[in-house]
Order: sequence, then C-alpha cells, then structure tokens
Amino acid sequence: MKVTILQFPGTNCEYDTEHAFKELGADTQIVWHKAETLPSDTDLLVVAGGFSYGDYLRSGAIARFSPVMKAVTEYANAGGKVLGICNGFQVLTEAGLLPGALKRNDGLHFISKHHSLKVENNDNIFLKKLNNGDVVNIPIAHHDGNYFIDSDGLKELHDNNQVLLTYSDEKGNIQNPNGSVDSIAGICNKEKNVFGLMPHPERAMELILGSDHGIKMLEGFLESC
Amino acid sequence: MTTAIVNISLKAGVLDSQGKAVHHALDSLHFKGVEDVRVGKQIILKLATDDKTTAMAEVEKMCEEILANTVIEDYKIELI
Repeated sequence: MKVTILQFPGTNCEYDTEHAFKELGADTQIVWHKAETLPSDTDLLVVAGGFSYGDYLRSGAIARFSPVMKAVTEYANAGGKVLGICNGFQVLTEAGLLPGALKRNDGLHFISKHHSLKVENNDNIFLKKLNNGDVVNIPIAHHDGNYFIDSDGLKELHDNNQVLLTYSDEKGNIQNPNGSVDSIAGICNKEKNVFGLMPHPERAMELILGSDHGIKMLEGFLESC
Repeated sequence: MTTAIVNISLKAGVLDSQGKAVHHALDSLHFKGVEDVRVGKQIILKLATDDKTTAMAEVEKMCEEILANTVIEDYKIELI
C-alpha cells in the first residue's frame, strides 16, 4: 500500500504521519505542494497537520489554492481515499471536499492534550476496526478546531452516518473541549472516501507516548487497499 | 485607482467567541450598556481600475473564492 502525504509550507506533522504508516508496513511518499500530479500508485492521500501558510487569513484557506490541490480534488472526486488530520481537515473543508468549517475554539485557547473520543459510526474504511461506542484516547492540538455546520448540514451528516468521532470523557459521555457542534471531532463525506478529523491518530501509535489507539484507526486504511 | 475595504465577520447566528471575550472584558472595565460585540477583520485592497462596477465585481469574486469562508462568514465591500 502506498500512502502519499502532502507537505505545504508550514506543515509539521508529515514526518510523524510517515513514521506511523511505515510502522504499519505501508510505503510512503511526501509530496511538496507545488506538485501538479499525485503519484499514480497512491492508495491513500493524507493531508497532514501543521500550520500551512501560518494559518494566515483562515486555517487552510491559502493551502487550498496550492497547485497540488487540483490533483487532490480530482483524486477525491474519482473515489480516491483522502484523510485530513488537523490542519489537513481544515484544508479539506476550505476546499469544499468536506462540509462545514473549523472556527476558533470557544475558549480561545490553543488546546494541546490527550482527549477521549467516542466512535459514532464505524461503517467506513477508516473506523471499521473499531466498534460504535468505543472510546479511544488520541491527542488533540489545535486553535481552530471548533467544527461548525448549519442545522440542515448537521441533519444530513447524521442521516448519512457521516459523523465519525465525537469528543467525550473516558466513559463516552459528551465532553466538548472546543465548542464544536454536537461535539464533533471528525467527519467524512457522503461517499465515505474523504475523511477529516482534528485529533492526531499518528501521534498515538506507541504506548510509551501515552496511547496506541491510533493504530486501530489507521490500520483500517491498510486493510482496504 | 480604487481602494476596496472589505469587512469580514462571522454570520449572525454563528457564535463569535472573540466578541464574547471582548464583551466580558468591557464589562469588567465597567463599560456599561454594551449589548453585543462582534470581532471581524478588515482587508484593504488597492485596485488598478477606476471603474467602480468592475472593481465591485472583482472584489465580490475574491470574497466568494478566498477572502471569506461563506459557510461561517459574511462580508461587506466599500469602494473609495
């Protein structure tokens, strides 16, 4: 399996993401944002976390117009699998590949800590190795993680099982760190080939770092390719 | 030359956390009678054209494409 990881000026999670997928046995390649095409053998495209273009204007707003994004949009529209983590999630919403938007956290603070997440819908390739209701412990590190979508959009997300993960406590009860609508931490598109989440599964791959729950999440992709 | 001033703010109905924090701060400084605070951003563009209609159309396009995220933000354009 070949994982292609995007790198914009300001991306800072590309090497963690590469390490995580290599540990799982995947081949990886980091692609600079000026590329106009993606490697043709890409099985999964990851838009890694960080602060593309310094978060200027809005998080992800400028990266979305990088040359590579045209190829990403074509790849996604053709059914290619795309995963956006943190800033990658913001880029995908700005690009219109995922619905909604990420606003400044309600408390206005940058939040960096481990947080429990509840699995809401596992009928997709990303979370199929987990069960609905499972609680995973994954780090979050963001300033603009407050997911917003209007009420019609929210209904559609729920109706189509597009809500992947919600912020919770260790028992799975709602605990909302940033003000996200319905405590949403991650979603997918209607076709279930484009995924976005604010938490960092690639930082939860080894117990010595506090959690290895990211393995079960990222493994879902490997088994699907 | 035309100067375009674009004001961007969160839509009515979208919670403005920064506005709320500023409101609290004003309260604690005893500025009474403030009913609501919204924090936005201003972008000032200098355009080569003298034609206001062309300028307006161009800036509107910029707002829709990149300057504002119309999922959560409104924009107002003023030309001088």
